[in-house]
Amino acid sequence: MATTKIVDWDKLEGRARSRRIFFQWTFIVPVAVLLIVVIMAIFAPLLAPYPYDQINMTDRFMPPFFMEEGSTSHILGTDNMGRDIMSRAIYGAQISLSVAAMVIAITASIGTALGIVSGYVGGRTDAFLMRVTDISLAFPAILIALLLAASIGPGYWTVVIAISILGWAPYARLIRGEALKLREADFVAQARIIGASPIRIMLKHIFPNIMNPLIIMVTLSVGMVILTEAILSYLGAGIPPPAASWGNMVNDGRTYIDTAWWISFFPGIAIGLVVLAGNFLGDWLRDKLDPRLRQI
Amino acid sequence: MSKVLLQVEDLRSFFFTRKGVVKAVDGISFHVNEGETFGIVGESGCGKTVTGLSILRLLPEPAGQIVGGKIILDGTNLLELDKKEMRTYRGRVISMILQDPMTSLNPVFTIGNQIAETVRLHQGLRDEKVDEEVISALRLLDIPSPEVIMGNYPFQLSGGMRQRVVGAIAMSCHPRLLIADEPTTALDATIQAQYIALFKDVQKKTNVSIIFITHDFGVVANMCHRVAVMYAGKILETATTREIFKEPKHPYTSALMESVPHLGQKSGRLYSIKGQPPSLRDLPPGCRFFPRCPVAEDICRQEEPSEIEISEGHFVSCWRVK
Repeated sequence: MATTKIVDWDKLEGRARSRRIFFQWTFIVPVAVLLIVVIMAIFAPLLAPYPYDQINMTDRFMPPFFMEEGSTSHILGTDNMGRDIMSRAIYGAQISLSVAAMVIAITASIGTALGIVSGYVGGRTDAFLMRVTDISLAFPAILIALLLAASIGPGYWTVVIAISILGWAPYARLIRGEALKLREADFVAQARIIGASPIRIMLKHIFPNIMNPLIIMVTLSVGMVILTEAILSYLGAGIPPPAASWGNMVNDGRTYIDTAWWISFFPGIAIGLVVLAGNFLGDWLRDKLDPRLRQI
Repeated sequence: MSKVLLQVEDLRSFFFTRKGVVKAVDGISFHVNEGETFGIVGESGCGKTVTGLSILRLLPEPAGQIVGGKIILDGTNLLELDKKEMRTYRGRVISMILQDPMTSLNPVFTIGNQIAETVRLHQGLRDEKVDEEVISALRLLDIPSPEVIMGNYPFQLSGGMRQRVVGAIAMSCHPRLLIADEPTTALDATIQAQYIALFKDVQKKTNVSIIFITHDFGVVANMCHRVAVMYAGKILETATTREIFKEPKHPYTSALMESVPHLGQKSGRLYSIKGQPPSLRDLPPGCRFFPRCPVAEDICRQEEPSEIEISEGHFVSCWRVK
């Protein structure tokens, strides 16, 4: 009697294996991208062929090397002042990444702390913190940034403070919702039963359980922060020239987009790659941090 | 005569809601002896769980408040302790097991980690010692290969095993009183029987007193030495399990007994108590059970009966019992 085959074992095993490989690709590629960008930022003075602020009026609007008038002396071409695009993009990584890292570190910590306290403690504390959050969300961020730039002058810290001063509010909102849900969870009741203090419950029982939304929020913020910095640069409240950030490079090229597209294009690609890598890494981390998915 | 561990006197726990005051527990008194299992039985919503939470002072504030009474554990009135002192009692002297084992463990920590938290919190031990305590707690609850289970996450265990782990957390600091709030309700019948046998065993080994909250008379018969029958925030009858089963005095108790199917029962409809329990916001005057009571008299409608002791340790609140 022939046995009926219910499952194709080899096929299932094969699929499991290929999933493992894919699982690693989604880790290796974004990490490689981010690592390259970080290394570029750190070793910018060694890697960049020219200083970021070297103006050369005879070599203005030189296209990238693969185009007809391009030359290998400026691989990615030059901008409206004859500055080397590649060098500026490499230096730009320094500013764009450090602004993003700094802003996210500040906003995520403040937002998470306030969100957890608000959600867990509840009552008047919650009402007060959430009204403050509402007010922060209602303010136009750009206006605040312009105000700041006008009063303390544009610069790196102005940009960081300007983005952070309102940027914590979405974190607080999101985390508060999660904390509110977790406050009623049985394992939190269990923690109270064993005599854990409120601070301990917030740190040890609530915080680890909100890691997933937090990480997703952080990875999404990377792009948001880099773009906001670009907008601020455009309005003259960003990183002042001649310093290069990806944001102000994109804006420099805006006027010449139909004749010299490469001025905006390459920093734009850099922004896109970092944002995408951040999102992929976020996905991978989320799966990795969830013990339920750890064995699959 | 064994020593009294816990004495609850005239406990009142109310919930202050927008629609009015909910008298979830309205003046109940009972005691629990050392090494004894005391059952609290009653319909859902009668105040069983609130009684348990009140003893731990974990009512959901600010709505839930203990408005009166005394909870005396070994000479200390728990209601007079400040918040910090009360925390040192929770988990160390009094512990509690919740109903649903699927949700009462933190999903992101290993079993060992969660038991260790209680041990560290109350015993201030070094790491190697903590591991020993964790393993001995798992052993106490008869969990096979504790060294392996320690490294597992809650989702890797079955429901029955998780409920044992919850038990191990509760017992890890050798508490003197364990409040078990329907710990077997979420388990299937065979696992239920195992769990009860396990608890009897744990009690024998540790001499812990247990307050067993349930709605299942079968579990009571199996597990408890004495029982209190609760109805609408009050205790109507307290007696030893044997007496309650042999001679229930309160009409509510007898009615409850009759609504449990018996082996060898003749066919026909199972008895059920007519009507619904009263709203705890709007209690009838007189005896709380009178609207549903099959033997109610005029006096039941007008005045609330007081508790009388009809034989040693057997208390009943009913006008019909003299």
